[in-house]
Order: sequence, then structure tokens, then C-alpha cells
Amino acid sequence: MAELSAARASPRITACGLLRALPPIGRYVLRGGPLVMAAAGSALGLAISPTVCRSWVNMNRAALCLGPDEHLLLGPDALEIAGVLEPALRDLPHSLVDVSHRQTALEISGPHAAVALNAGCPLDLDRAAFPIGMCTRTVLAKAEIVLWRTGEDLFHIEVWRSFAAYVSRFLDEAAREVAF
Amino acid sequence: MNGALRVDAGGRINRARPLRFTFDGHELTGFEGDTLASALLANGVHLVGRSFKYHRPRGILAAGSEEPNALVAVRRDDARYTPNLRATQVELYDGLEAHSQNRWPSLSFDIGAVNDLLSPFIPAGFYYKTFMWPRSAWKSLYEPRIRAAAGLGESPTQADPDRYSNRYVHCDVLVVGAGPAGLAAASAAADVGARVILCDEQSELGGSLLGEPDGARAPQIEGERASAWLTQTIDTLTRNPRVSLLPRTTAFGYFPHNLVGLNQRLTDHLANPHPDSPRERQWQVRAQEVVLATGAIERPLVFPGNDRPGILLAAAARTYVNRYGVIPGSRAVVITACDEAYRAALDLHDAGVFIATIADVRAQAYGPLAERARRAGLPVQTLTTLVGTSGRLRVNAVQLARIGDDGKVIDGVQTMPCDLVLMSGGFTPSVHLFSQSRGKLAWDDKAQSFVPAQSAERVRSAGSCRGTFALAAVLEDGASAGSAAAGDAGFANTARRPAVPAADPAIGAYAGALPQPGESTGHKAFIDWQNDVTTRDLALATREGFRSIEHIKRYTTTGMATDQGKTSNLNALGFVSRQLDKPIPEVGLTTFRMPYTPVTFGAFAGFARGDLFDPTRTTPTHDWAARNGAVFEDVSLWKRARYFPRNGEAMHAAVARECLAVRKGCGIFDASTLGKIEVVGKDAVTFMNRMYVNAWTSLAVGRSRYGVLLRDDGFIYDDGVVARTAEDRFHVTTTTGGAARVLAMMEDFVQTEWPDLSVWLTSTTEQWAVIAVQGPHARRVLEGLVEGIDISAQAMPHMSVAPGRICGVPMLLFRVSFTGELGFEVNVPADFGLAVWEAIHAAGQQHGITPYGTEAMHVLRAEKGYIIVGQETDGTVTPDDAGLAWAIGKSKPDFVGKRSLQRPAMAAADRKQLVGLFTADSQVVLDEGTQVMLERDQRPPVRPLGHVTSSYYSPVLSRSIALALVAGGRARMGEALYVSTPNGDVPVQVTSPVFYDSEGARLNG
Repeated sequence: MAELSAARASPRITACGLLRALPPIGRYVLRGGPLVMAAAGSALGLAISPTVCRSWVNMNRAALCLGPDEHLLLGPDALEIAGVLEPALRDLPHSLVDVSHRQTALEISGPHAAVALNAGCPLDLDRAAFPIGMCTRTVLAKAEIVLWRTGEDLFHIEVWRSFAAYVSRFLDEAAREVAF
Repeated sequence: MNGALRVDAGGRINRARPLRFTFDGHELTGFEGDTLASALLANGVHLVGRSFKYHRPRGILAAGSEEPNALVAVRRDDARYTPNLRATQVELYDGLEAHSQNRWPSLSFDIGAVNDLLSPFIPAGFYYKTFMWPRSAWKSLYEPRIRAAAGLGESPTQADPDRYSNRYVHCDVLVVGAGPAGLAAASAAADVGARVILCDEQSELGGSLLGEPDGARAPQIEGERASAWLTQTIDTLTRNPRVSLLPRTTAFGYFPHNLVGLNQRLTDHLANPHPDSPRERQWQVRAQEVVLATGAIERPLVFPGNDRPGILLAAAARTYVNRYGVIPGSRAVVITACDEAYRAALDLHDAGVFIATIADVRAQAYGPLAERARRAGLPVQTLTTLVGTSGRLRVNAVQLARIGDDGKVIDGVQTMPCDLVLMSGGFTPSVHLFSQSRGKLAWDDKAQSFVPAQSAERVRSAGSCRGTFALAAVLEDGASAGSAAAGDAGFANTARRPAVPAADPAIGAYAGALPQPGESTGHKAFIDWQNDVTTRDLALATREGFRSIEHIKRYTTTGMATDQGKTSNLNALGFVSRQLDKPIPEVGLTTFRMPYTPVTFGAFAGFARGDLFDPTRTTPTHDWAARNGAVFEDVSLWKRARYFPRNGEAMHAAVARECLAVRKGCGIFDASTLGKIEVVGKDAVTFMNRMYVNAWTSLAVGRSRYGVLLRDDGFIYDDGVVARTAEDRFHVTTTTGGAARVLAMMEDFVQTEWPDLSVWLTSTTEQWAVIAVQGPHARRVLEGLVEGIDISAQAMPHMSVAPGRICGVPMLLFRVSFTGELGFEVNVPADFGLAVWEAIHAAGQQHGITPYGTEAMHVLRAEKGYIIVGQETDGTVTPDDAGLAWAIGKSKPDFVGKRSLQRPAMAAADRKQLVGLFTADSQVVLDEGTQVMLERDQRPPVRPLGHVTSSYYSPVLSRSIALALVAGGRARMGEALYVSTPNGDVPVQVTSPVFYDSEGARLNG
């Protein structure tokens, strides 16, 4: 039977001037204590520490600390992440769950990006309060998202796939009025 | 009329930009910078509305948001029709179409005005007393009539086509009000680097400074004219990127933890708004520190006939002259208890208005303003009260009387013709937001007002909203409040502590009704203009025994109109205080409620309209289902395919076809919406044992089991198949609607009860697309597609689970059935869901594979007696009630709900138990929810034995089936009971809830 990877179908979104869909990537939720995070960090080449709402990036891998015992790991290939982590964590109590397809990634950019997000996100997105590299689980209007600032005017949004249409439509609507 | 009642020059209107507008169809002109109110006055229009209850002619009382009378409707088209706008806040634009309200057939001749003559029969609370009989007439006759006669504007009849926006924002210092105090505060905070938001409800920033004269008579600030200072201050703020200036933005509500709601109006002032622009934007501001500089509202005086058109607040008249260049009358009488009215008299005098007299109710008028008035030759009478007015549609005369040394009115009335009356009872600090923030107020005798005392939030008040009125003092107060706020927000506190605070002498104020002669003049003295509450109403309330101001408010409706008593509260308190002979602070103060001024529903809805009202969740196969004609149903936020009609099939035909296809061949069903939780950790099995009723230790890897989850109270909360995919890993499924709450409940237990367990929970609901392949041919359909798993009956029996691949992608395959047939559930990563679905569908063609929806799924599971949580259960059903006692792990020491199940009542024999019902007439399908009864045609009160929970026509049995919860049901097998239908009670027979293949032979095929 032919490999169907070509038939991968990401959730459809409403793209607009500020917003685009990011290509599929691999994602894991890693739960566990400081030893787990340290071991995972050295296996992945990321200087992970259990500092919540902070991220670590190395090449195309990233770790987002979303809670005291929770990291969202991103990388180009889910299997590769698992292949690196499973041996490294074998003897440590932890949970590693593949969520590559659970969510999809959007990117919002430009000088109005933060304002458009603030149409539905109640966090302070001032650069001093939400610096580059900061990440958190939060809400956008009626949907839950993970918001990650990857540049001055650049945000990476992780959203569960069935909420992606709503989130993108909401941001499209919000982006329409930032200039007024 | 040509709008000619203007001074030649000056003011903030643009005389080079005339604007046309209509009022009740009359074409009029005004200027850019006008409000509807100023433009109407410039056209000599004082009569602008009819009052709420008595339909009395009403004019423009104020110049700002406190206006109680001049409520108008503005129409752009049928959908854009906004009633109850204050003409004083409606900015003029070219082509504006305004209408008066609460009048028929016309504003100047209003039939409803008969209410004014009938007023002795409709006193305060009349509807509580007069229309009590017959009782039934209240709803059908009295209330509709009263509501029609009393009134504000009419609602628009079409959906609102405008866009509304929401924005969350944070700042160091939020300053509410951009008058001198607010501007000084914002400047001081901005100077030290704070993030500042400054909002003001008016179209321009400046507050009271906008109503000051310019040129030689201009007040001076820091050595320059106020207007120049204003321009320069705003310029400086505008250039500061850390400062947001929001004109046309009302702070309408103060919420806990310094969350302040702002309503910004973006397009109502524009003739041609941009189609992409929201009409309004709601700002939800989270401020570290708040400075309230909300100013003060001039207090009217209460005297008979004080509501005639042409009677204005003195400061409002001054604003009309100075800001809008409007001459509001030719011959004015001033009645005052406050020095500020002299300032108004002087400005109007300068504009050419003849000041007939300044009547001051106080014994002395010595202040510098009074002196200036005397020097200007204006006649001043002290110890003078106003006892009556005349004029039908506009005031044409007033009656004045002298007050004796004893405070009583001396006989003898002086009638003075006029077309304008200016009144001032002093200024009431606007403490609405401070009060909303739960701050404590204190009585200030000097200002005859309540002023802010202790703050409950990080908020401070500055300027006239805390009873400081002199301009120099206000500026100083604002600046130090701004500095202190910035200091508390972590910036440098540069507050100047002046050795000598700027002078703020008392200016005089009055609360209550003016002294009147003993006998009534027959005229009404209004306290609350908008709700038509008079001194007589309040006197009646106190006479009838009301003592609490909260009760008096509700009985008389004083202060309850859309203006929230901005002009009336203090006079009501003063009047009641004298009636009860108690000082005002003892009478108390009613609660200030949000919103400060009315806010549109659209602003609260924001983006949450139409497709953005709620997220619509769809599965990976949604588009395929839509292309194949699926009819969808809403299941929580999900859209699920309910059935797939072919060639115009009706629902029952489609469902019957889909059911039979599963029973006789093969069906394919999207079960992706089922909740999924990955439970991982070395204590995963311990956690599962404690959480679910079932025994999990014995569940082998590669096997699954039907799990039941209870709440603490022992009632079923959720259910689903749970697979053990590794020693330390469970793949738990939940109901579609229960996914989020089950995860939350589990997290709650992990974090608060069992933090010692090494176990973690991760939602994988959306990681997997779940494709159920069900029916006798299911194995044959999948055989050619599945790789790496032997799916034969021997190798993969019912309730087994195995990882493998399908169509080249990873898969977790369940041998599981919610239909009673041989079945599999193919779990693949969600992005592959559609492709795998299509591949299975294609491979199944030779076996007649049929897509089926949730309706057929419901029928198929009901034929097997499988419950649906929320349908067979309602939060009062135990596992035993539902026939699921077998699932309980009997030897487990504990699980959530176990202790509750041990209560005797939970094992009572007459508990409602799940049974099946067969109707005597096999073609009758019962209604779900209908009561089940012991006897036929019982007379009320009927004691039902239970109710029908599920009811369908079963195509495979060619008869109706029903599930029901019936008291002691399992002991009633074979009994005849009765169920009501629209055609009368019908007999049913109690039977097993498993209607089809009770041995499970097909399941294990």
C-alpha cells in the first residue's frame, strides 16, 4: 500500500495579510520533573530549564515550558523527537505523548499583530511584559491557544485543529479593524 | 430657520463648514463641531422631546452626557436607527436625520400630554395600587397600555449591520476624563515614562476647558490662555508613543482588580463611515493605577415648573455660548445657589443676552464673580426664590418671591418675562466609577455632595470629581494624582508638594427643593426629569412610610432612568432628608450602577456574532461528508454528520437504510469527536483504578474495556472504552460532550487528591481521526488495507487493540463495537483521517459500505441497549440503575463514588432502572421524555413510574423500541404499563433493554 503522507490534510484556515498557516511539524507533550526536563534538554540540544512561559530554540527544534512539569516540544519530525527522547528518558518517570496532529500552527506578523491578538487575548503583549521567547497557554476569544512570541512583531500560535478555523477567522476579522 | 442665533465669532465650531441636518423632517443647518443640541438651539429649537410619564414638553437642560430630557433617535437607514441618544452628545454630520420621541401625532401637539392633566391619578407607584383588579387584566390590558404610554424611543426593527470590536489593553496609569485634572494627571504620569491611557466621553479632549471663553476673557494656565495650554498639552501627549488618547470613549464600568470597561464610538459622528471600521470598540483596560478625573455635574434647582423648555443649567448655557457660539435666548433670568452662575451670566451678557435678574437664594453673594456681575451692571437679588414658571412649549416668564430671615417665603410674587432661565444648585462630583470600584464615599458639607474617601482599588480621584473646583487647584490636584499614580506603578514620583495648596474657596451648593410659599402653586417641581419624578412623589413616599432611600428610589423610580440620576440624586436626597428631618449622610446614598451612560448591545457582543459567535468544530472528514450530502447536527461545539440522505430521501428512510446496511453489510462512521485522554506514568493503573469503577489491574496490554466514571455522589458522569496500550499507558475515550470536563475532573484529582501518583494526563482528542467500520463485512473491508496486524477473529477478538499501519500511515486499531456488529475503529493521526477514510470507503465499495450518521448510530446502539450518557443518564443514575453493576470492580478498596454507592438509598429496590419497552402496537414510536405510568388514563396528580429515555423505530426488528428508566423496572419484566402519547395513553410491555442479538454472537463474529 502506498505511503499516504502526501495526502496529509491540515485544517483549513482563513489566511489574511497578517496571518498564515505554518507547515506541519512534529509535536510532543513532555511531562515530568526537573530531571526529565534536563535529560530531554541535553538529548535534544536545548538548554531547557523548568521556567514557565519561556522557550528554548536550537535550529529547528524548540521547547516551550507551559507549566512547572510540562513542555511542548516542537521539531520537524515527530518520529525523530521520539527516537531521541525515548532512550534518554527510559529510566525516568515521565509522560511523552505525540500531539503532532492534535494542533496546527499559525503565524501572525507585522506591527499590528499584537493589537489584532489583543482583540481576543487578554494578556499584556507589550514587549516588556511579553518579550521575545515568551510563550503561554491562553485564550483567543472563545478558543484556547498557545501563544509564543518569536520576534518583535511575530507570534507563533498553536491551536487545536478544530479551533483553527475559528481562530483564523477571528484574527482575520480583528485584523480588518486595527487601523481604525 | 437658519441657525442664525450665534455670536459672530469664537467657539470651537468651524463656521466655514456648514452642515445640513433634519429634526422631525425640518431641514436645519449647523456647523462642524456642533452637537445636535447646540445646532438645535442655534436654530431656536428648544422643544425637543416629551417626558416619560406626563408627556410634558421638554427642552435641552444640559450640554453633556448628564442630559435627562433631550433624548432623540438618529436614523441612517432602517437597520441603523438608534433611539434614546442624548442630543447633547450627538455630533452633527452632514445629512444627519434626527427624530423626537414619545410623542404622537407630533412634538408640539401630543395626545399623550393628557397624562399631565391626569397626574393626580397617577402618582408614584400608581401601578402598584390602581390597576390591581381584575387581576388578569394586568398582563393583557394595563401593563401594555402603561408601557405604550410611558416611553422612551422605539427599537430598530432590523438586525444591526454594523461591526463591533473588542480590545484588551494594559497600562500603568488609566486616566478617565480629559478635563484639566485628567490632562494634568496624564501629562505627569507620561512625563516619567508610564504607559498611559487617557479617555474622555467627549469628541474633543479638554473637558470643562472647552466651555471657557477664549481671547481676552480666557482663563490663564501657566501664563498662557487655556486654549493654548490645551493645544500644547494634547500635542505633547500625542507625540508620546507610550500614551493612548481616546476621545469619544466612555469609561462605563469599573470591575474588580482595576479592570475598567471603555466604550469607544468610532463612526457615529461621521457622515460616511468606512465600511471596515467598527462602529464601536469595547476596551477592557487592566490598569495598574487609575486616576479618575470625571469632573462634576451641575445640579438643577427644584422649583415648580422647572422643566419647561428654555430652562437650562447655567454652566450648560455657558458652554453653548462659549464652545458653540450659540445664543440660547434673548432675555434670561438666573436662579442660583452657586457663584458659578454669575460666571455664566457674565458670559451670556457679553454675548448680548439681556440678563433680567440674577436671583440668588442665599443671603449673601459676595464672591469675586458676584462682584464682577455687579460691576457689569447685572441686577442681583439675594434671598430670592423661584415659585413658578409659565409658557406652554417654552418658558415665557418666571415668578420670583423673597425669602424671609426665617427661611420662609414672603407673600408677594414678582413676575418676570424671559425666554431663558439659567439655574445652578452647585456641582455634584461624578463619583459613579469610584463608587463602582467599591470605594467609600464621605459627605462634604462645603460642596453639599458625596466625595471619594477610601479607595478599595488602586484608584485615586482628582479635580472636581472630588470636590475641588477652582481651576488652579484642579490642575495641581491632577498633576499630583498623576505623579503619585505613576510612582505607585513603579515610576518616579515627581509629585510637587506645594507649601500652600492652591486656593479652593467654597462656591455654594444646594440640595433639595427651593423654598416655596405654603400653598401649592399647582405646578410640578421636578427632581428627576427623565423619569418624571416630582417633589410630590417623594413626599408621598415618605408620607406612606418609606424611610430607606433605596426603597424610596424603587417606589418613585427617582434616579432609575437611563441617566442613572446624574442630575437628580442629590436633590432627591436633600428633599428626603428634609422630609424625614435627618441629615443627608444618614439618609444614605443609592448604589451607582454601570453603565455610566448606556452602551449598545453590539459593543458587548463585539466580534461574537454570526460564525464567530462560537467556534464551530469540524472533523477531518467534514468536507467529504458535506460533499456527500450529509445533514449535520450540533453536538456541543461539533458539527457531526447526522445522516446521509440519498436522492431526496427523508430522514427516517435514510436512517433505516443506514441501519440495515450496518446490520447486513458494512457501515463507515466518523467517531473522531469522541474525547481521548492519554493517561501515562508508572502509576497510571493505580490512577485508573481510583478514577473509574472498573478493575484495571487485570486488563492486559492490547486489550480494552468499557469504563464507567462516577462523580463523588455515585452517579454516572461519563463512560467510554479504555485501552491499555502499554503497562504504563492507557488510551481513555470519553463521550463527545464530556471530553473537556472529564479531563478537568481527572486533573483536579491528580493535582489535589493524589499528587503523589506518578501519572500525567494529555488530551489526544484531536490527535486521532477515528473511523468506525462496522458490520458483518467489516473485516473483509479492512483486510486489504491493514498492515502489521492479524485482524482475524482468533488473533484480534472483540475488545482488543493493536498498533499497526493502514495505507502507509501509523494506526491504532480497536476491535470494538457500539453497534452490536463485528466492528473496528481505525485511529490514525488526524491529518491522514480524510485520506484513510476515502481509502476505506473505496475498498468497501464491493461490500456495499455505507456511510452512516449519528442518528443511525443511536438506533443501532439502542437496539443493543447501550446507554448514552446524558440520554439514559441525567445525573441521578447509578451504574446499577443503568444495568452496569457488572462493570464495578468489586474487590477494589476505593474509587470515585464508591462510598456514595454504599448508602442504602442507592440500592433501594424501587430505584429507577433501565428497561426496554415494547409498545403493544409495534408501529407506535413513543416520544422521548414521556412519563411511564402504572395505570391508564390516570387523573392528576399522576405518579409516574419513570420516563422514556430513548425511542426509535428499529428497521432490523421492523418495530418500535424504547429504553426507559422505570421504578423497580427489572422486577417488572413482562408487566404491562402505560405511556402517554398525543393520542392518549398506550399500553407497553416491560422487556429487556437488549432488543437484538442478546447473546452477542454477531459482536464476536
